[in-house]
Amino acid sequence: MSELSVNHLLGIKYLNKQDIQLIFETADHFKEVINRPIKKVPSLRDITIANLFFENSTRTKLSFELAEKRLSADVINFSASQSSVKKGETLIDTVNNILSMKVDMVVMRHPNPGAGVFLSKHVKASIVNAGDGAHEHPTQALLDSYSIRERLGEVKGKNIVIVGDILHSRVALSNIYALQLQGAKVMVCGPKTLIPKYIDKLGVKVETDLRKALEWCDVANMLRVQNERMDISYFPSTREYTQQFGVDKALLDSLNKEITIMHPGPINRGVEITSDVADSDQAIILDQVQNGVAIRMAVIYLLASKIKQ
Amino acid sequence: MSQKVLLNATEVNIILHRLACQLIEKHNDFTNTVLVGLQPRGKFLAKRLAKILKEDYKIKDLKLGLLDITFYRDDFRRSDKPLEANTTEIDFVVENKNVVFIDDVLYTGRSIRAALTAIQSFGRPEEIELLTLIDRRFSRHLPIQPNYRGRQVDAINKEKVIVQWQEQGDKDAVYLINN
Repeated sequence: MSELSVNHLLGIKYLNKQDIQLIFETADHFKEVINRPIKKVPSLRDITIANLFFENSTRTKLSFELAEKRLSADVINFSASQSSVKKGETLIDTVNNILSMKVDMVVMRHPNPGAGVFLSKHVKASIVNAGDGAHEHPTQALLDSYSIRERLGEVKGKNIVIVGDILHSRVALSNIYALQLQGAKVMVCGPKTLIPKYIDKLGVKVETDLRKALEWCDVANMLRVQNERMDISYFPSTREYTQQFGVDKALLDSLNKEITIMHPGPINRGVEITSDVADSDQAIILDQVQNGVAIRMAVIYLLASKIKQ
Repeated sequence: MSQKVLLNATEVNIILHRLACQLIEKHNDFTNTVLVGLQPRGKFLAKRLAKILKEDYKIKDLKLGLLDITFYRDDFRRSDKPLEANTTEIDFVVENKNVVFIDDVLYTGRSIRAALTAIQSFGRPEEIELLTLIDRRFSRHLPIQPNYRGRQVDAINKEKVIVQWQEQGDKDAVYLINN
């Protein structure tokens, strides 16, 4: 087994194909571990990890924390709403204060794009980006690809469509990088107002007709409409969005093949997908959540192995 | 570099049969015993012993598992090379079973220490024993000794014992290599 080419996981953009392969192979072993009667290994017992969440998160934070604990790391949690950030402390000061308590690794979610990259240049710790604004969310993209690999055998050569709010989505950007790196073809589909202007520069297809997109793809990754990030109205009404870009069972059954449905969560049931789709055998949404823990264990384990004593 | 043959294919075969008989002497029909090969190198020895027990000694329900100890090792972040993980294949419960660990060379005993911790993730065994083909004497870092040994070898630290299995391409042999 080789090593990762990076010391931080700041984005998929900084990884190469071998890194992704290594993360997946390591995750295979951890997936076996988390299905044992005792789901814990002692590898990281001398590592301390700080989870810094400057933005709300439920499942990513739980998933990271569980992954860290399954590896026996010591974990400290921090959320911006209850901290001195409110009193005007800068990011570097906040993090350096935490690091002076002998922390080895930082998992950070931040509303500003590039916060992780900035931090990695100024502090001595391994940084894992758990989402930075609308920029990247690398572990989500890794677990999405890992789930596709698990379901379809491999990612290479597959057609993947990402449907919905591409403009505000860090999941979309990280997924585009990750899927292309592994040799998949990527399409984005959504209202024109929610598709970034120069997205074709990334080499992805753009489609505004959902049916055409679904007929082209093997996998559809349905994104949530991020109302909390929308400062203006991007489409007339939720009902109209659902009519044009929502997936229901009748639509899936009318296609000439069976496609796989993914969703990074949280789902707005009845908006981007209906309940009968979310709960069907075609959806691998809960597999994604389970794989999330294995992928995050793999990422943390591989980065920690590069922290020399 | 000099290389000395410690055991040739015939000798390995005789030893494997002797070890199989010793196991039968203790565990009879293996109803309450499971064999666990330690990854990566113990796999070959474990599979070979299981084959002999099944084919030559007609043991029917023999359970064989493979245990990877990578995540339980005590040299994480301390060795120069990244640690390479292997698959664990244990599809039975070890609760109240007699477990026999199988590895090719017993050297410092640190892998066995890691295996003792790792196996606890699969339940609480009644008893754990250790079988090794080669026991390198005077080189232990921990108070661990085998219950069944193929051959005891006195090798100084810079010497290396290499076990070669027919499954890997060439014929069975054990070599002592002096760098």
